Amino acid sequence: MSSNDSTAKTLLVAFILSIVCAIFVASAAVVLKPAQEANKALDRKRNILAAAGMLDDSRSVEEQFAQVSTRVVDLRTGKFAPDIDPQKYDQRKAAKDPATSQKLGEDEDLAKISRRENYAVVYLVEDPAGAIEKIILPIRGYGLWSTLHGFIALQSDANTVAGLGFYEHAETPGLGGEVDNPRWKGMWPGKKVYRDDEVALGLVKGSVDATSAGAAWQVDGLAGATLTSRGVTNLVHFWLGENGFEPFLHNLKSGEA
Amino acid sequence: MASVKETLTGPIFKNNPIALQILGICSALAVTSSLKVTLVMCVALTLVTAFANFFVSIIRKQIPGSIRIIVQMVIIASLVIVVDQFLKAYAYNISKQLSVFVGLIITNCIVMGRAEAFAMKNPPIPSFFDGVGNGLGYSVVLIAVATVRELFGAGKLLGFEILPLVTEGGWYNPNGLLLLPPSAFFLIGGFIWVLRSVRKEQVEKPDYTMASHTPLKEGV
Repeated sequence: MSSNDSTAKTLLVAFILSIVCAIFVASAAVVLKPAQEANKALDRKRNILAAAGMLDDSRSVEEQFAQVSTRVVDLRTGKFAPDIDPQKYDQRKAAKDPATSQKLGEDEDLAKISRRENYAVVYLVEDPAGAIEKIILPIRGYGLWSTLHGFIALQSDANTVAGLGFYEHAETPGLGGEVDNPRWKGMWPGKKVYRDDEVALGLVKGSVDATSAGAAWQVDGLAGATLTSRGVTNLVHFWLGENGFEPFLHNLKSGEA
Repeated sequence: MASVKETLTGPIFKNNPIALQILGICSALAVTSSLKVTLVMCVALTLVTAFANFFVSIIRKQIPGSIRIIVQMVIIASLVIVVDQFLKAYAYNISKQLSVFVGLIITNCIVMGRAEAFAMKNPPIPSFFDGVGNGLGYSVVLIAVATVRELFGAGKLLGFEILPLVTEGGWYNPNGLLLLPPSAFFLIGGFIWVLRSVRKEQVEKPDYTMASHTPLKEGV
């Protein structure tokens, strides 16, 4: 044992071990990289389709995604930004970088996201003739513990909800975590967003009274999760409002996007 | 030298790493809210423990005493990174749910503890089986905890509905506490209690014993 403890032997063992482990780890990372990238892309596409309520498990995600076109929108003007490649644009990174985002004032920042990126990636579902069937918009905002990241899908009238879903959050399981409940998500399709040009869509405490005048703009609140419910209402208001996608939806409808 | 069978099965109940040695509690709390994720975690940990023991044991006669812990860590960390990469490539959804806990296998006391306590003193093959055995011991507890948590917390097992939930039109009102990490403490505590009731030799001697009651005497 004592010969093992000489300085030369210690350095030699450390050096050889490092080299061997480094080669081992590096080759695994390089060999597996393509499969990992493909998985990541597939996961994103699946979330987008699920939000739009189009996910059909019997067909491959790639095949279903073929009718979706990915576009970049300039949130400041509400028009398409054709010079930005959606494949390379990282929206989350852009939202943190002062050069590609803008600070929101306190009264503007409904969703508590503090900065809004200048460009957003949106997904348009088109029928074979090229007409828009659904518009899928990325949304995010603060709930109780975490930022909820998700998508909202609208019908071609840009007013009727086609679906909503969150793919990343850390709300309390069983309470705020019920945003993932399929039954709750199933209440969204068919609801309306705008009433007299104002965003009216939101969650109410308890269940929606189907006979009331506002029922078309209301979704059941999440039981026991007041703050998550409020967060979801706020983020819908923000992203479909004037600082979010409202200008873009206007332009899209009038054909000026 | 204990037989292969002994090294393999000993850690499951007789010398369970979680129940007797109270190692690896952190991940036992974090990943047990769904059975599927738990199974993947168990397989990952068992593989890492087995191979870490194997490789440490192969070079055990060359490892200088002064850097032996670092050498073990490097081997363990390399194996964990490779496992993590494999999960990302072939089981992306599960690796997303396991998130940092795969990486944290590196600091899991079971892996490190077995490398230091067993693999440094024993030949490669028994070391390998010792790793598998301890991985299985860890798995037994985790699977038991996860089964209870998923069944009574979410009414499902492996994602299949067993008890239809009230919120989905059924009759079962789930216990939300079971989906939160603290519930695993109660379950592991219960597991240890049952185990020690059956195997009394595992009960530790109390550190202090209460002095016997002395009746009050009248002052003189």
